[in-house]
Amino acid sequence: MSILTAPGVRPRGDWPGHSLVVDEKLTLDCAVELGPFTIAYQTYGTLNPERSNAILICHALTGDQYVADPHPITGNPGWWKTLVGPGGVLDTDRYFLICANVVGGCMGTTGPKEINPATGEPWALDFPVLTIRDMVQAQKRLIDHLDIDQLFCVIGGSMGAMQALQWASTYPDSVFAAVPIAGAARHSAQNIAFHEVGRQAIMADPDWCGGRYLSLGRNPSRGLAVARMAAHITYLSEAALHRKFGRNLQDRRAVTYGFDADFQVESYLRHQGSTFVDRFDANSYLYITRAMDYFDLAAEHGGSLPAAFAGRQPRFCLISFTSDWLFPTAESRALVHALNAVAANVSFVEIETDKGHDAFLLHEPELFATLRGFLTGCAEHRGVTRFWRSGG
Amino acid sequence: MSRSAALPIEVAARHETPVTAAPDELRSDLRLIADMIEPGTRVLDIGCGDGALLAYLARVKAVDARGIELSQSGVNAGVRHGLSVIQGDADRDLEAFPNGAFDVVVLSQTLQATRQPRLVLEELLRIGKRAIVSFPNFGFWRVRLSLFFRGRMPVTEILDNSWYDTPNIHLCTIRDFVVMCDEIGTRIERSLTLDRHGRPYALDPRGGLANLLAEQGVFVLSGRMDDR
Repeated sequence: MSILTAPGVRPRGDWPGHSLVVDEKLTLDCAVELGPFTIAYQTYGTLNPERSNAILICHALTGDQYVADPHPITGNPGWWKTLVGPGGVLDTDRYFLICANVVGGCMGTTGPKEINPATGEPWALDFPVLTIRDMVQAQKRLIDHLDIDQLFCVIGGSMGAMQALQWASTYPDSVFAAVPIAGAARHSAQNIAFHEVGRQAIMADPDWCGGRYLSLGRNPSRGLAVARMAAHITYLSEAALHRKFGRNLQDRRAVTYGFDADFQVESYLRHQGSTFVDRFDANSYLYITRAMDYFDLAAEHGGSLPAAFAGRQPRFCLISFTSDWLFPTAESRALVHALNAVAANVSFVEIETDKGHDAFLLHEPELFATLRGFLTGCAEHRGVTRFWRSGG
Repeated sequence: MSRSAALPIEVAARHETPVTAAPDELRSDLRLIADMIEPGTRVLDIGCGDGALLAYLARVKAVDARGIELSQSGVNAGVRHGLSVIQGDADRDLEAFPNGAFDVVVLSQTLQATRQPRLVLEELLRIGKRAIVSFPNFGFWRVRLSLFFRGRMPVTEILDNSWYDTPNIHLCTIRDFVVMCDEIGTRIERSLTLDRHGRPYALDPRGGLANLLAEQGVFVLSGRMDDR
């Protein structure tokens, strides 16, 4: 990959969609003040006159604000395109959808690859370490800017689920419904361990240069690719890998007694790794994985998970997948119990699938039906109706 | 996607597809239970199946209705229809609820499938101000005759599984249930015994006749006496 195509060199403000510069500083959990900062975001649909139909979509670790648009670098369809559209699960005739790139990200929102105004160089490791709460705090500024008092719904999978939970806990009055999919109230030891493998792979790449690769015109793409490959395995399941690849060989009749990608699964992972580095910044990967590691809602409330949801709560719909071993059902169930303890209005569905953690991004009819039902039920309670469309 | 009963009434009315759980289609024992519930209360239905009772209560009685259901298909059907249902079971998922969280806790045709019926009943009375429990009566004369004459484990309309694949691991008679209520020290506020067609008998649940003639029992319980 040439340096010129590295995500880090894309000029600021050159991303399709909206961006908001927030002048007021953000006080981060690490006690650093960040600001002014930029939030890059996309919207779909129309905000109704009551401003009551906004859904905040929270993206996952390597996701971005391009929920339903082609990705500006890869050209791939939006990551939740199957859900978004007129009459869709995330019905743009009914809801106003907002998705913002998280703080620390690399798709236009302030992150380690943007220029540090103090030095004129990319932030790199001078960027403050973030938490999920910091990301949510930044999103709250955007929602305030859009003059929305209460989001109709906050929804997201994986790290997006963490953000949805954080929203419900930190800003309960600003959320009518929360849908954490394939999430957890805290990042498990196993998950922290996998993240550490990814970070070490990046930092072990000589092109990482202590994080200063952008200033030096280099890119730790090998390390980032390995991080992605390792992580990608955790998003799948043994059954899904077996179903897709088995022990099938890649374009050959026999093993080659070498270290080429003999097996299809190797070739697939290499492809995942090499395409990922074209669209993602290595330092962003470090910062965002760290934010997930630090996530622990109970710890924020004296070790009590129910205390994280004390007082007023939104309606919840939690969803997990049977074959997800990264964020297993037990994690969602622990949340359900905590929410029951505070008598919250909660639904919980475990969906049978062999697609692993990634199921929330894939075509899962049962997921779609659950989301549609929950959102429609909530919309009726909240009085959010569909816009009239001629010929629609 | 077909619309269902779970939608609030004004939405359902806009769709021509028939509503699946119109009042008179509700299973007979569920209908009786629904009639015992005051409008606007908080209700938890444990073992709520596809959510028919919840949908009815939410729609007709503006009840804040929640459900717990073991089967994934049941939960998904409920949530898909806009109901608040969690996947779980009576043995494992009640302890998280605070005391007196609900006005009424319903356990219909589920007690006999729990691992620890007595504990479950005590939990119901802890988290609900009232509990409504319905269950098949194993003392029903057809059940007795089946065992007596055929020498086989009874299979009836409401106990429709063979012994080897039944989820009903703790079957009891109406008399057994009344004895357990006495042991727990709960007050039986009201009881109904139902015939084969779900019609109530005017029989004393403590009497031998009810235990012989009723196919199911429906009990309204409140508090434990030692709490008073």
